[in-house]
Amino acid sequence: MTAFDAFADPSRLYGAARRARIELDAARDSIARFIGGRAEEIVFTSGGTESCNLAISGGALAAAAARRPKRILASAIEHTAVLEAARRLDGFEVVELPVDSTGVVDLSALRAECVAGAGLVSIQLANQEIGTLQPVAEAARIAREAGALFHTDACMAVGHVPVDVRALGVDLLSASAHKAYGPKGAGALWVRRGVRVRPMIVGDDRERGRRAGMENLPAIAGWAAALGARAAELDVESQRLSLLAGRLRAALPAVVDDLVVHGDPSSCLPGLVAFSVLYVEGEALLLGLDEKGIAVHSGSSCTSSTQEPSHVLAAIGALTQGSIRVSMGRDTSAEDIETFLRELPPVVARARALASGKA
Amino acid sequence: MADIVIDCLGEFCPMPVVKLNKAAEAAAPGTLIEILSDDEGSKVDIPVWARMRGQEFVSQEERDGGWAFLIRVT
Repeated sequence: MTAFDAFADPSRLYGAARRARIELDAARDSIARFIGGRAEEIVFTSGGTESCNLAISGGALAAAAARRPKRILASAIEHTAVLEAARRLDGFEVVELPVDSTGVVDLSALRAECVAGAGLVSIQLANQEIGTLQPVAEAARIAREAGALFHTDACMAVGHVPVDVRALGVDLLSASAHKAYGPKGAGALWVRRGVRVRPMIVGDDRERGRRAGMENLPAIAGWAAALGARAAELDVESQRLSLLAGRLRAALPAVVDDLVVHGDPSSCLPGLVAFSVLYVEGEALLLGLDEKGIAVHSGSSCTSSTQEPSHVLAAIGALTQGSIRVSMGRDTSAEDIETFLRELPPVVARARALASGKA
Repeated sequence: MADIVIDCLGEFCPMPVVKLNKAAEAAAPGTLIEILSDDEGSKVDIPVWARMRGQEFVSQEERDGGWAFLIRVT
């Protein structure tokens, strides 16, 4: 693909535009195939957030127009792109479904709430903070039997674990490019053929009238290429990362006392380990580790910008202070894990000494 | 009536739990500690601390725009 073709508008008719259209169609086809869908079922968006917003708002409004109940059921640990989109819909009731201590959604609660009435159910494939994989196929079956639309936020999953929209039996699925080695600024909502969503961004008939505005073709083409490369290495990488995660999970409580590892290792994203440490701020750990050249994320409540504890950790009843999420990927080596295990204890000790001095 | 009262109103996580732990370590078994906190994280973290440290979490109630937690040292 040339730079000029990437610049051209795929909805126009001149040569470069037609080549851009061919490129966009090819990317659409390969991304759809990667998740077991058809090209025409893909709606490109600016990323996972917009995709989830469109699924929730567009799905719930379309369901209500079809006289389904104005009730949205979502697990309590969904990404805020799902929960906030649901909460701001006027006239809709939002029910948060409980999860167990490892983050798995309570399917009997889902069943009961479906009996009470539901227009849309949204349960993610994998959690963004603790990596827990949800029983999406079973949840989708329960929703379908109750006549509700079913959305799954698969932003954390696509490109990390096998995803097949038909096997899952979902109606709507959100995916994001940058979560699996693709460029920033592209995502998609997969919409099962025959399912309606009301567009949120309007103004033209791109994406079959479901999302107006120019497609981010360079990012979309990059995403398709990244997924293509990912397909070949997914199995081997999953196994390798699961071993690294297992090593980390087992060793962490031994190197730092009063540390808890979250989630269930038997049903978790392969490259994600989340844990919390008593008596420290997550941010202090994050910055201390950053000084050692280790980049991790904190889902902690203890940040200057917000005093809200992580809604995910609160929902599973886990320690919210000193929370750290370690994301491993294709560039993470076994040596990196040993480095992390060596560097973490002094960083924790220093943060604890600081907090203790203030007490 | 609590034997020790720790006022952490206005303080942020992790200080309420740090102060609670310090007091619990210095106290004799059976001591009742009341801790006041308006930090949202305390609602989750104080019961979890009690579970992790084997301390008895007695009760929790809303008070002064925050919460009062009662712990019995084991």
